[in-house]
Amino acid sequence: MAQGVWTIAEQRGGEIRKITYEIISEGRRLADALGQDLTVLLLGSNIKEKAAELGNYGADKVLVADDPRLEAYTTDAYASVISELVKADDPAILLLGASAEGKDLSARLSGKLGVGMAQDCTAFAVEDGNLVATRPIYAGKAYARVTFENSWPQMATARPKVMDINEPDTSRSAEVLDAAFSLDDGALKTKVVDVLKDESGKVDLTEADKIVSGGRGMKGPENYKILEDLADLIGATVGASRSAVDAGWRPHSDQVGQTGKVVSPGLYIACGISGAIQHLAGMSTSKVIVAINKDADAPIFQKADYGVVGDLFDVVPALTEEVKKYIES
Amino acid sequence: MNIIVCLKQVPDTETQIKVGSDGKSIVTDDIKWVMNPYDEHGVEEALRIKEKFGGEVTIVGLGPKRVTESIRTALAMGADKGMLISDEALEGSDSLAVAKALAAAIKELDYDLIFSGQRGVDDDMGVVGANIAELLDIPQLSVIDKVEVAEDGKSVKVNRPIEGSTLVIESPLPALITTQKGLNEPRYASLPGIMKAKKKPFDEKTLSDLGLDAAEFGEGARKVKVLEIKPPPAREAGKIVEGETPQEKAAGLAKLLHDEAKVI
Ligand SMILES: Cc1cc2nc3c(=O)[nH]c(=O)nc-3n(C[C@H](O)[C@H](O)[C@H](O)COP(=O)(O)OP(=O)(O)OC[C@H]3O[C@@H](n4cnc5c(N)ncnc54)[C@H](O)[C@@H]3O)c2cc1C
Ligand SMILES: Nc1ncnc2c1ncn2[C@@H]1O[C@H](COP(=O)(O)O)[C@@H](O)[C@H]1O
Repeated sequence: MAQGVWTIAEQRGGEIRKITYEIISEGRRLADALGQDLTVLLLGSNIKEKAAELGNYGADKVLVADDPRLEAYTTDAYASVISELVKADDPAILLLGASAEGKDLSARLSGKLGVGMAQDCTAFAVEDGNLVATRPIYAGKAYARVTFENSWPQMATARPKVMDINEPDTSRSAEVLDAAFSLDDGALKTKVVDVLKDESGKVDLTEADKIVSGGRGMKGPENYKILEDLADLIGATVGASRSAVDAGWRPHSDQVGQTGKVVSPGLYIACGISGAIQHLAGMSTSKVIVAINKDADAPIFQKADYGVVGDLFDVVPALTEEVKKYIES
Repeated sequence: MNIIVCLKQVPDTETQIKVGSDGKSIVTDDIKWVMNPYDEHGVEEALRIKEKFGGEVTIVGLGPKRVTESIRTALAMGADKGMLISDEALEGSDSLAVAKALAAAIKELDYDLIFSGQRGVDDDMGVVGANIAELLDIPQLSVIDKVEVAEDGKSVKVNRPIEGSTLVIESPLPALITTQKGLNEPRYASLPGIMKAKKKPFDEKTLSDLGLDAAEFGEGARKVKVLEIKPPPAREAGKIVEGETPQEKAAGLAKLLHDEAKVI
């Protein structure tokens, strides 16, 4: 009988990523609902010192797979090691983050384990001993509640920035165990030959707390400066509509929407964006939505918590000045 | 270089999604069905690689007969052959089952490279590609916005944007690549292309043609069960911040964001 909740930690360059705390916290809630233990799987090289701290967030055990070949994530190595450990221990639930790494890994793992999975979920519950996951479909135009049948572990990924992180409890530590695994070099086919750092150093849209987005109303690439100024001030990442991306004003990676990035920031400020269905789909799970648009009938106002009808070239710089007063005081 | 492109047909992104009366499905009556936008990038990239290396591009789709039309679109763009896996027993299959059927079909073909979309813009799963790769025991390269096939056609180098950086990954072929926007600008089907597409080889297969057992597919075999589909939580239009001048409006907005929403 499958038993226990497992979550997979995500580290980069030996540093634990925030999504890890999100899924450990959610994993703790699910483990409590089941009355079972929470085990966190941590893969890396010389990574063991990071393990005990994960107990602060709710892990009962941390299973460490330490190997030079696991230093940086590769699908081949991670999927091979994790599927071996999962098969040996038979957990009831396997939870990952829906980050770039988590999506890639979970998809491969579900194939290796031959189990069903629910990608990019925004809520979880335990009902009759089964995991029930809620996930946006059609980029948020509808929500599906799904569960699992004859499929163990019950596997899902959690959308970044949605799960609340537990207040760390330093009196709580996890039992740290070495994982026993074999890793065949023959299974390692792909190789990361280079890492091109994003020079802007900005937080990815999918992980941003705040986003300031500009659409066709920005009129040209040079005008994004006024959005950057506001974004820098409030610690936001700049995004864009598809029109702005297609016009070549912003890179593809900035596109928010059904065919771009699906985002869930605490604050989303849409400037000169009309609110086409594909755009709204990608940002409707934002907590607070602000629209600045000169057309009072723009559909974006139907979704915005706060709207300003006006010319963004006047309103945005003025907003930056006004916000300064709060941030500096 | 022989290339397979997996093609999923999805509702046009303009579609307003309506929940069916069973509360577990969506209403499909007025839906315009199109090729998954990410698969357009797959077709385009496959054609570009073929233009350089020669070989054949085969489109493989799975679903009801209407999928034929999207496969024809890909043929009109320039792909060489189409295959539709269609069987009533497939209806309601989950990602893993779809991947099983696709992998079984692809296994019989000659391939160096497979493209699939990074996710379907319908179920937003992004799982089928990786499952196919696993079933064929080949590497997967996920969410890729640049592809360079080595001169000898034996390996590939790709760019994979992740949070804060881009990984450059090398892989031997065959491999499966899932496509991301930015990879290319998909071409439109030309009129001569559309004429030619009508004469291109098109194969239709059932589960039994592929030697598969129908019991492993369809609604009954789902490992992920849909309990409910519902509209998103309603989002009401909020406050319009009033003011005589842009400055006044900006001041009002800043105050609301600080005092009420507490986000700055
Ligand atoms: C297959 C497909 C997929 C798509 N996917 C996406 C997607 O993922 N993301 C996405 O965003 N779109 C997507 N789209 C495009 C979408 O349909 C819209 O075309 C797009 O979102 C419009 O962008 P926009 O709001 O910037 O431009 P517009 O609709 O042109 O709106 C510009 C707005 O700016 C306002 N404005 C102009 N000047 C000013 C000013 N000085 N001050 C204030 N306001 C001003 C105008 O009033 C207007 O409301 C997709 C389309 C298709 C067909
Ligand atoms: N029914 C299908 N037929 C062909 N390809 C599919 C099918 N379902 C998924 N795919 C491929 O897998 C990609 C991701 O789909 P999904 O995993 O469903 O989000 C799609 O863009 C297609 O390339």
